[in-house]
Amino acid sequence: MRLTVNGELREVPARTVLDLLQELGLEPKRTVVEKNAVIVDRAAYRDTTLAEGDVLELVGIVGGG
Amino acid sequence: MEVPPQGELLVNATLSDEERRRYSRNLLLPEIGEAGQARLRSGRVVVVGAGGLGSAVLYYLAAAGVGHIGIVDSDAVELSNLQRQILHRVADLGRPKVDSARDAITSLNPHCRVETFAVRLAAADIGAILKECHAVLDASDNFQTRFLVADYCWQAKIPLVSAAVAEFSGQLFVVDPAQGSPCYRCLLPEPPKERELGILGAVAGVMGCLQAIETLKLLLGLASDLVHRLLTFDALACRFHKMARSRAADCPLCGDNPIIGRQAALT
Repeated sequence: MRLTVNGELREVPARTVLDLLQELGLEPKRTVVEKNAVIVDRAAYRDTTLAEGDVLELVGIVGGG
Repeated sequence: MEVPPQGELLVNATLSDEERRRYSRNLLLPEIGEAGQARLRSGRVVVVGAGGLGSAVLYYLAAAGVGHIGIVDSDAVELSNLQRQILHRVADLGRPKVDSARDAITSLNPHCRVETFAVRLAAADIGAILKECHAVLDASDNFQTRFLVADYCWQAKIPLVSAAVAEFSGQLFVVDPAQGSPCYRCLLPEPPKERELGILGAVAGVMGCLQAIETLKLLLGLASDLVHRLLTFDALACRFHKMARSRAADCPLCGDNPIIGRQAALT
């Protein structure tokens, strides 16, 4: 399915937010997810399904200074 | 929106002729003017970290006329710092960063009163160091400090302007309990494993400059979108994005069943 991830169009097999994070090698615990301009509850990554055309922002929280 | 309250910052104090010349480009901004400049002069902020972020934010806060700046950093200047930490010079190698930072900003603006704390922040002393300030700026380089600072500021109701960088990424947000902000732990509930990553120096510069802007807005009482949003910067894509933050029901600090006690964070 085609998604926009961090501003880039991508074709991915993922069906849920958790699948997508795993596909992209991102740690769910340190990644904040926004789907179609709404932040996704951390506890709901596994149950949040993706649909063609969804716009996602995935932000790995960093701590450097 | 008045953050911090007018009562805490003297707005009637007049500026000297030298200050009028020094800050003439600030005074031309209707959002600042003489009253705003006097507010900045009576503002007190503490910057945690005099590294890459601190190097940009300290210069711009001092130059803009913030009157009282605390600097916290336990490190000494090393050669590998100079790739991005432009507060420090070759002649400063081996000196405490707080001393080098103080010299750099007071030579730019001698009106600025600087207090230095050459310590790694710990629960025992954080209250004494972050006392009576209008804003705390997190420019630190590790999650342990970030969580300590964020928890303390939340409990003590001090506005926090938090910037962070790694590799080509930067993040910035403001937590102001008085404006109903979600806390840091709503974004990241527990400290993740520390990783040593590279950083392009100018990325820290970009984020430190944005952190200075948000701090000046807070001191001036100007509204900020970042009290409810997270700003992200991707230098490789040259892309900024703002996403709404929301309070997490399962947040260990401000959620429905907080597990971090008020006592623990304040002592």
